Amino acid sequence: MAVVFDKPHSLCDVPTHYCPGCTHGIIHRLVCEVMDELNIEGDAVCVFPVGCSVLAYNYFECDVVGAPHGRAPAVATGVKRAKPDSVVFTYQGDGDLAAIGTCETVHAAARGENITVIFVNNTIYGMTGGQMAPTTIPGQVTQTTPYGREPEIQGYPVRVCEMLSTLDGTALAQRVSVDSPAHIREAKKAIKKGFENQINKKGFSIIEVLSTCPTNWGMTPADALERLRTEMIPYFPLGVYKDEAVWNKEEKAD
Amino acid sequence: MLTETIICGFGGQGVLFTGKLLAYAALYQGKELSWMPSYGPEMRGGTCNCSVCLSDEPIGSPLVNTPDVLIAMNEPSFDKFESTVKPGGIIFADSSIIGKKSVRDDVTCFYIPSTELAKENNLTGMANIIILGKVIRECSDRLLGINYDMIVSAFEKIIPPKKAALVEKNVNAFKIGYDYK
Amino acid sequence: MERVLMKGNEALAEAAIRAGCKCFFAYPITPQTEVAAYLAKNMKKRDITFLQAESEIAAVNMVLGASSAGVRTMTSSSSPGISLKSEGVSYLAGSDLPAVIVNVQRGGPGLGSIQPSQSDYWQATKALGHGDFQLIVFAPASVQETVDMTLRAFEEADRYRMPVMILTDGFLGQMMEPVSFSDETPVIEEKEWAANGHKNGRKHNIINSLFLQPDELEYSVNERYKRYDIIKEKIHEAEVYKCDDAEIVLAAYGTTARVAKSAVNQARELGIKAGLFRPKTLWPFPAAELKEACKNAKTVLSVEMSQGQMVEDLRLALDCRIPVEFYGRHGGNIPSPDEVLEQIKKISERSL
Repeated sequence: MAVVFDKPHSLCDVPTHYCPGCTHGIIHRLVCEVMDELNIEGDAVCVFPVGCSVLAYNYFECDVVGAPHGRAPAVATGVKRAKPDSVVFTYQGDGDLAAIGTCETVHAAARGENITVIFVNNTIYGMTGGQMAPTTIPGQVTQTTPYGREPEIQGYPVRVCEMLSTLDGTALAQRVSVDSPAHIREAKKAIKKGFENQINKKGFSIIEVLSTCPTNWGMTPADALERLRTEMIPYFPLGVYKDEAVWNKEEKAD
Repeated sequence: MLTETIICGFGGQGVLFTGKLLAYAALYQGKELSWMPSYGPEMRGGTCNCSVCLSDEPIGSPLVNTPDVLIAMNEPSFDKFESTVKPGGIIFADSSIIGKKSVRDDVTCFYIPSTELAKENNLTGMANIIILGKVIRECSDRLLGINYDMIVSAFEKIIPPKKAALVEKNVNAFKIGYDYK
Repeated sequence: MERVLMKGNEALAEAAIRAGCKCFFAYPITPQTEVAAYLAKNMKKRDITFLQAESEIAAVNMVLGASSAGVRTMTSSSSPGISLKSEGVSYLAGSDLPAVIVNVQRGGPGLGSIQPSQSDYWQATKALGHGDFQLIVFAPASVQETVDMTLRAFEEADRYRMPVMILTDGFLGQMMEPVSFSDETPVIEEKEWAANGHKNGRKHNIINSLFLQPDELEYSVNERYKRYDIIKEKIHEAEVYKCDDAEIVLAAYGTTARVAKSAVNQARELGIKAGLFRPKTLWPFPAAELKEACKNAKTVLSVEMSQGQMVEDLRLALDCRIPVEFYGRHGGNIPSPDEVLEQIKKISERSL
């Protein structure tokens, strides 16, 4: 019998700690499918963050390094500079990447650091129980914005891809979503491109994946996906914000 | 024997370089030494100094509080360090810039118009080397026997080949100070 | 071996290259700038990576990454910058990663001053970050020792898989002294634990400091402390100078040890039986050497460029059996040999 669907090799065969309905599982799987297809598991080093995906070392079969909160791009820079032939990616949430790690993120991008950043944006701090994130949408209720985020008090969210697309060192800044099969296919293509960019030494690639947090949003998984579509995508429009090789421009990405 | 020297003046007068010359000359003679610059948010034109310790034995404290030899290239530094010189010590002052004489009667003083000598001889900016010439002439024995030839050879060693023309200029300046009566 | 004249900071950088340091990350701060400048100048011809990071925090985390990948790596800074690095140092320790951290101390607290200081003794030896951990701390007192200890630091870091600090100061960093370098190339073993791609040939390596199960964390910290016990047995170094018959033993490390030594010599000329105990390792603290140095001591005088930090380790190491007094200057001031001699004289007169 032909196998038409299987667990990617680079995904560990273990149950995850993620809550029911959380889309981290989909994103992990997409990253691992790409690792398999590009045959890079043996060269890959995943830098995992602090946040819900802090246990990602249990799920990726490639080598893994834990970073302090927000510092994954700096740690990844260290790995990449020490071993330029390895394929280094960070896997970070919104609090990690866009609040405490903004500095490391912006400067890794500005340097054109040849790494791949998987940025999972679910507009909330999940691991700590649902506090306001740098991407929490105005009006969104969280533990620390019990009356909804009020820009007059808490300010506005950060649109990471738009911001990083202004930097000369960014090769790819693309926002995708995993709320539907079509979007999931799109997301995988973007992730693959992010890794190919690195393999072809094109510069810094960030793929922002809009994701859900049914637990801390207080919703069913289905309602959470609906919120992603109706509230998040309008505020964080999907699309390619920058796609332009920083280094190695002559060589074709394929 | 341990000899402690302070060289002081404006930033840009070559104060640190003068100290380095002494240090290198001692290094090439196999002596023990330390060279310590003042450091800080000092700009060109601000005051600056360095301490050089020369010894036949390992240097204990490289910190110079009471120098045996003081080379002063401007008045604020002269005022600051004149009183710190050990009794029996020697002061060299650039009299083109320092208008006063030492009030001390327990030290030997030499006043050399080195900035003017530099100007007259088309060696502007080399007053420090001129004064060093006088220092070596007058107190080679105090400076562990560092003599004319040793300083000349230090020039040759520390000035990079691509700036070789500077060696001759430095030697000229050094000789002017050395021969100054 | 040929003697060259170098600043402490530059000599340290040269020693790091010779020790096989491949990746160096730092953020500018006085008075350590020459370390970074020297490495930046040399990176192309010596085949090393130098990267100026966007912050001290980023720099130490780049070190964490490079160390994870299995190469010798270093960062250097000065006091306020070291405070910022404390997060990364704790993670390095918790992840069992070798690294060399250089602190060219300046005055504190806060922005303090840029002049030399020794007020980070506690930070270096007790708590450079959260959690139960230690750093091996080397305290050089000359440019030559800075060089020798830099090589040692890389070796011990690799041997025990832990961060090692070189605790120097603005004076030692800025000063030039004759120094010679060994031509030997260190043998650096391949790190089997490194996360640098498993090439489909082994299970994945995990570099991690997170242990959510209390028993697991307790176990991992206990294992680390067993290693610390070995280190305490093997690494405890001090210079003991004229202590055989010394009734007054001065204790000082780094720059102040140089000053204290001059004061001891002056005191001896006056007929005062003074000696010097100079720890070269601050953690582990050379307690046995101290006890031996103090076998005839009636008083110990700690001389520091701080308000008195090492003085507490002296009292602990001596079980408070000999009175330990303190003399210090700080804020960027360095005690002079004369000032220290005055203290010795006072103690000497009092005990007559």
